[in-house]
Amino acid sequence: MENRDIKFLKLQQIIDSHEGKVSHLIAILQETQAEYGCLPKEVLTYIATAMGISPATVLGVATFYAQFSLIPKGKYVIRVCDGTACHVRGSEPIMIALRKELCVTPDNPTTGDLMFTVETVSCLGACGLAPVVVADEEVHGQMTPDGILELIRKLAPAASEN
Amino acid sequence: MLKSREDLVNLQQKSKAALAEQKMRILVCAGTGCVANGSLKVYESLKKLIAEQGLLAEVDLVKEVSHEGIGVSISGCHGFCQMGPLVRFEPSGLLYCKVQEDDCAEIVETSIVNNGVVERLLYSDPTTGETVKTQDEIPFYNRQVRVTLKNCGRIDPDDINDYIAHGGYQAIAKILTGMKPDEVIKEVLDSGLRGRGGGGFPTGRKWSFAAAQPGPKKYIICNGDEGDPGAFMDRSVMEGNPHLVLEGMMIAGFAIGADEGYIYARAEYPLAIKRMRKAIADAEALGVLGKGVLGTDFNFKINIKEGAGAFVCGEETALIASIEGERGMPRPRPPFPAVKGLWACPTIINNVETLANLPAIIMNGAAWFRGFGTPGSAGTKTFALAGQIQNTGLVEVPMGMTLREIVFDIGGGLREGKKYKSVQIGGPSGGCLTEEKLDLPLDYDELMKVGAMIGSGGLVVMGDDTCMVETAKFFMGFVQNESCGKCVPCREGTKQMLAMLTKITEGKGTEADLALLEELAQNVKDGSLCGLGKTAPNPVLTTLRYFRDEYLAHVRDKKCPAGACQALKEYYIDPEKCKGCTICARVCPAGAITGDKKQPHVINVDLCLKCGACMEKCKFGSIVIR
Repeated sequence: MENRDIKFLKLQQIIDSHEGKVSHLIAILQETQAEYGCLPKEVLTYIATAMGISPATVLGVATFYAQFSLIPKGKYVIRVCDGTACHVRGSEPIMIALRKELCVTPDNPTTGDLMFTVETVSCLGACGLAPVVVADEEVHGQMTPDGILELIRKLAPAASEN
Repeated sequence: MLKSREDLVNLQQKSKAALAEQKMRILVCAGTGCVANGSLKVYESLKKLIAEQGLLAEVDLVKEVSHEGIGVSISGCHGFCQMGPLVRFEPSGLLYCKVQEDDCAEIVETSIVNNGVVERLLYSDPTTGETVKTQDEIPFYNRQVRVTLKNCGRIDPDDINDYIAHGGYQAIAKILTGMKPDEVIKEVLDSGLRGRGGGGFPTGRKWSFAAAQPGPKKYIICNGDEGDPGAFMDRSVMEGNPHLVLEGMMIAGFAIGADEGYIYARAEYPLAIKRMRKAIADAEALGVLGKGVLGTDFNFKINIKEGAGAFVCGEETALIASIEGERGMPRPRPPFPAVKGLWACPTIINNVETLANLPAIIMNGAAWFRGFGTPGSAGTKTFALAGQIQNTGLVEVPMGMTLREIVFDIGGGLREGKKYKSVQIGGPSGGCLTEEKLDLPLDYDELMKVGAMIGSGGLVVMGDDTCMVETAKFFMGFVQNESCGKCVPCREGTKQMLAMLTKITEGKGTEADLALLEELAQNVKDGSLCGLGKTAPNPVLTTLRYFRDEYLAHVRDKKCPAGACQALKEYYIDPEKCKGCTICARVCPAGAITGDKKQPHVINVDLCLKCGACMEKCKFGSIVIR
């Protein structure tokens, strides 16, 4: 019981900071995901119980919005923009190169070692720099298939040191 | 703390005087695009180098010190993202393009110490090769009319005093000291302002519905959930001039009798959210927002809600559901939000750009605003130019300007010598405009006539190597993914249409599919509740209407005329050019290429995987797609 309390202490603090308001559910989930990296089922159940709403409601919201993930993501999240502007300027070859290099698929976007997650995003509003890739929260414009592989290799050795 | 309109005027004069003392002001663009290209490093470097010369001016405009010297500030998006990072000098108007950290020492040496110009950083006209010094001489800028973007790129978005020095918060002060709510509504109604988020509903009329509702609680929502791929004007305004949006919300709030507002911004726009948050805190601290604005009895509170990634939340009722903490699913209308919206209170939802027009309308009057644009669509509109175009970026032009002027005169035409094929306007809800439509004046009504819509104003230019069937498939994939699932025709219809379009791009479609596609598109249009479903078939319908030949080529001849559809590509080795180096045969993973050394090779199309590895490796350019 004690372990469980410690495990969810931070979560309870997040809920308390929003006074448990149901209208803040999305913000609570956003902060929780930032803290835990993803939203596992037990966390969602805890939120439901603490806020006095049904787990189905919480799961419904958590699965509705693209931002939320129920399974852990990699240390580095690579988001390839596939907005219209990036699409016509060749975002697809970048995606293909990336998926091939990291052996990931749309259904299984995270590498086995939890190092990289590859996602698409529809428009980051940086269309002037198309095609755009966000790697580790940094925006890289005018990307190419070779460029993305170089970027991955730059991140990967840095990752293995930690 | 400002306690009256006089206080505000005094602060304006003080800030203005401080700016005037600066001999020169350097504005480094810090919009998302330029930041990604390293503009913050340029900013830090310029500041450091100028400080070393002992020339740096005090940037705090209200500090009681001399502001002589050279001011260095960040600014919002200048619009010309293609040429970023951009550095602008005032008062001379000198503009440097693609500035990197290494260029800063030369800039300081040449342009600041010696008053000269670094020739290589100037904009050079791609057709004539001539360089121009100032922003106003560049064709990209000199055909624009900037109302909402006027100060975007001219002020420091993080400095409220800079906004005030440029006339900020004067409109709300004017209203609070002498206008009644119905006078404000009348002014906006007379101005002819229509919703800039896509619908084009007259803003003043929308307000009058909410104003007629009994209070006490009403809400204003600023819709910053700019989900249309290829549109980034709302982001630029929120990043570049956040106080303008706040002032617009307060004007709307005063008009309908609301005392609270929400800004719903996309989570994909972290910089915009950060700047809006700072703007709210600064405005509250100064007394131009919050309780008792400028010493009057008008209260207005603004909250920020971050979206969590759902395109449908751009729809009014879905957005309200999302603010209430629920799944962002649209609700049936009526009741309209103006009657029963957020937490069942009367609510007005206006787009960022709509709100950003309000302060200028209040200050200059309805007649002034009507001076721009067409009789049915007054004012200006920002368009985001992207895709296969020379000058990508953000432009603001009077309504009714032709597509040709925007794409060719301002946008500089297509890049890499591509031929114009189409412009996709209004994102996944809009339509495509072909070459014959180039002289169409862009306003709400003209676009409606050709089956497109202005949407939020994204213009994605496509060249002759873009396949329109693939484009329709791309948009269908997008809306299918973003359909909330409430209405069956939208949820299932988009899925089936995507399957049919995929089949066609793979060369497995038939002519019967085209008829079915058209029928289904109409059903989805008729059977969906919200704007997403109602407009989802637009890209399919417009491409079918204007590019039927391309669809027919896919289903009849199994060819993609643009050479874009992977499955329909046929790789071919030109025997004239092939030297027989054997490299292609060695890289081919399928063993589809055969031939003797120093003899032309051939590809067996039955074995070919169309991976393109051979084409990439060929040194003689002898492998082509046909």
